[in-house]
Amino acid sequence: MSIALEHVNYVYSPGTAYERHALKDVSLEIEQGQFVGIIGHTGSGKSTLIQHLNGLMKATSGNIYYEGQSIYEEGYDMKKLRTQVGLVFQYPEYQLFEVDVLTDVCFGPKNQGLSQEECEKNAREALELVGFPEKYYRQSPFELSGGQKRRVAIAGILAMHPKVLVLDEPTAGLDPKGRDEILDQIDHLHKETGMTVILVSHSMEDIANYVDRIVVMNRGEKMLDGTPREVFAHYKELEKVGLAAPQVTYVMHDLKERGFDVAADATTIEEAADDIMRSFHD
Amino acid sequence: MEMIHSEKLVYEYDKRDEEGNVIGTNRAIDGVDIDVAPGSFVAVLGHNGSGKSTLAKHMNAILVPTGGTIWVDGKDTKDPAELWNVRQTAGMVFQNPDNQIIGTVVEEDVGFGPENLGVPTDEIWKRVEDSLRSVGMLEYRKASPNKLSGGQKQRVAIAGVIAMEPKCIVLDEPTAMLDPNGRREVIQAVEKLREEKNVTVILITHYMEEVIDADQVFVMDDGHIVMHGTPREIFSRVDELKVYRMDVPQVTMLAEELRKRGLDLPRGILRREELVEALCRLR
Amino acid sequence: MIRDITIGQYYPAESPIHRLDPRVKIVCTLLFLISLFIQNSLLGYVIATLFLGCVIHFSKVPVKYIAKGLKPIVILLLFTVVMNLLLTRGGETLVHFGIITITENGLRTSVFMAIRLIYLVAGSSIMTFTTTPNGLTDGLEKLLHPLNRLNVPVHEVAMIMSIALRFIPILLEETDKIMKAQMARGADFESGNIIQRAKAMIPILVPLFISAFRRANDLAMAMEARCYHGGEGRTKMKPLRYKGRDKMAYIFTLIYIVVIFMVGRFVPFKLWVF
Repeated sequence: MSIALEHVNYVYSPGTAYERHALKDVSLEIEQGQFVGIIGHTGSGKSTLIQHLNGLMKATSGNIYYEGQSIYEEGYDMKKLRTQVGLVFQYPEYQLFEVDVLTDVCFGPKNQGLSQEECEKNAREALELVGFPEKYYRQSPFELSGGQKRRVAIAGILAMHPKVLVLDEPTAGLDPKGRDEILDQIDHLHKETGMTVILVSHSMEDIANYVDRIVVMNRGEKMLDGTPREVFAHYKELEKVGLAAPQVTYVMHDLKERGFDVAADATTIEEAADDIMRSFHD
Repeated sequence: MEMIHSEKLVYEYDKRDEEGNVIGTNRAIDGVDIDVAPGSFVAVLGHNGSGKSTLAKHMNAILVPTGGTIWVDGKDTKDPAELWNVRQTAGMVFQNPDNQIIGTVVEEDVGFGPENLGVPTDEIWKRVEDSLRSVGMLEYRKASPNKLSGGQKQRVAIAGVIAMEPKCIVLDEPTAMLDPNGRREVIQAVEKLREEKNVTVILITHYMEEVIDADQVFVMDDGHIVMHGTPREIFSRVDELKVYRMDVPQVTMLAEELRKRGLDLPRGILRREELVEALCRLR
Repeated sequence: MIRDITIGQYYPAESPIHRLDPRVKIVCTLLFLISLFIQNSLLGYVIATLFLGCVIHFSKVPVKYIAKGLKPIVILLLFTVVMNLLLTRGGETLVHFGIITITENGLRTSVFMAIRLIYLVAGSSIMTFTTTPNGLTDGLEKLLHPLNRLNVPVHEVAMIMSIALRFIPILLEETDKIMKAQMARGADFESGNIIQRAKAMIPILVPLFISAFRRANDLAMAMEARCYHGGEGRTKMKPLRYKGRDKMAYIFTLIYIVVIFMVGRFVPFKLWVF
């Protein structure tokens, strides 16, 4: 078991007029090597949740275990935790600051206290892992396109060799192709390194193709947790809280209602097409 | 007369090296001819860097062409005497909700445009109330913009433009930074405006779902207009759209996939009801 | 930490003071501050206290709130009190212990200085608590309007102020975000000596500046798109016009000023009793 949350609560500004319960009794276990999607809309608590995973925010009550050890134990090495659970924030390109790409990616390893050679070695590996072309290593990060900047920012976390990679809306603001490219790259990364990947998104359609498991957050609570198929089966409940299932899910349900012999649990276009074709051939 | 009309529009800017010396020019827009009829809803699609935002900024003279001409409601945007007329005719809403709200109170922000136009005080209040109502934000008139969600901020920005009583609204990727709820709010607000005020709407976006109701769709790539037609015509050319880094709604994709596998479905299916109906007919 | 500072924040409420024209509040606050320095007698302070007390009462701002605003000046306050206590000579010696000598004059000056400082901050925070930032800038713009003839860009300065007020919370939030993002990359802002800590700020400051410039650029474009072209030919959504209550407030403050001036002139220190 890689990460476990036990009855985690988080309250913003407790005792004041601005008090807000951002996480309510969230319990969650994430196995090493899993590819998990966390879905919810703005204010659902998903961003608060992931900032707990690397200790940037501290739960008001409840406990969090990383590799079996409570991170709230006295003397727990938070700095090490942050390198083990790498967190890529939303619009990560706004954290770039160095003169060139390679130096920027070296920032993480440098903070870990590695030597110059090691830093650079890790940085190069990380950049390769996100598919960033070598000819731009010495370019200023501010001159890159949006998609490339984002790769550099992700590499900046990967260079610390985390065991868990958490990404907060990695596709926000990208165009469709840029979005697919980044998601494909993350998928590739997951398969290549076997690292645990936690992907936060507000789009079911985007991540249904990639993840093994989806956790749906709503108003600070864990609302649903399961495989994409299991989660999308609750499409009516999802609708009620303003989260739509992928369009194909609706099509399949409509078809089933009209008497088609389809399973109605398809989550991707491929699956849906297979199912529909089968119903025509039977 | 066309609301927007351009002929061989070109926009070039200098490319500079690290010392700031000019080492060449880039063409962000290269020979664009576009016509937008009054009262219509036009969508411009394109990937990031395709030139669509540069084109949008020509429609209210934030940028002026380096070649060719663009007329807004018959006014040449290059003519300095028409500058403020052009900007009042074609209002603009930008991508980042935080960076276009000037006031510290919602109603004061909406009043900012009319104040600049020299509208009398009583009339400003009327316009502010009216435009906040039309985007469904009247109850937030006394709120601080910092306390609003992304979708609400964008609606305030739209109200700010409406209060200037433009004939045409250009929305430059207004939903790119919003979550699905925010996106829906903004698109619904725009639809309502079209019904109530009969304004021309030009929507720049890369979300295909938002352009299904458009009268015309333009697709841009590398500074050119590469596709032009109704949404149905455009979405029936799935493979071509892929080349331009665009995708289509999932329903259209599914229909296309089924067509490839031999089902006799019509091209350019846009809505899920259409697909379901078409499949029922085939059975 | 930063959020604790209440000076300069608006406290929304419906009160007679809130409804006053911002110009009245600016001018009267200024007069009140001056009044604290043109007299130095117990009676004078009693009158000033009454005046301030009345205003606070009518403003409906809780005293607790105003007291919170005094927190940032506690150190300054202590410093002034101690310095005055120890360094002022004259009058009867009250305490003499080693190098420490406290005189009657010293005690009096330090107590009065403390009161002045507290009233200074309390008085000006009442103004900011009861006036929206926009109201303040509008008021200043109108008051300073005559300077236009001296080629002082009054409108522009007021506009800059109101935009700054709008963006301060946004940039604070952004700083927080960038700081967290760099912490996630192992950055350490808490340990090390001053130079190391200053160096550790670079990864925050560079992105923050870049973002601030980007926002400034976007905002300028958005303002131009909405036909902003300086103060000329602009109308106001909320024009400032003096009403009856504003004149009353002026008269009230003027009476206060005259009384306190008289007290300062003609009432001798003898009223100093302990």
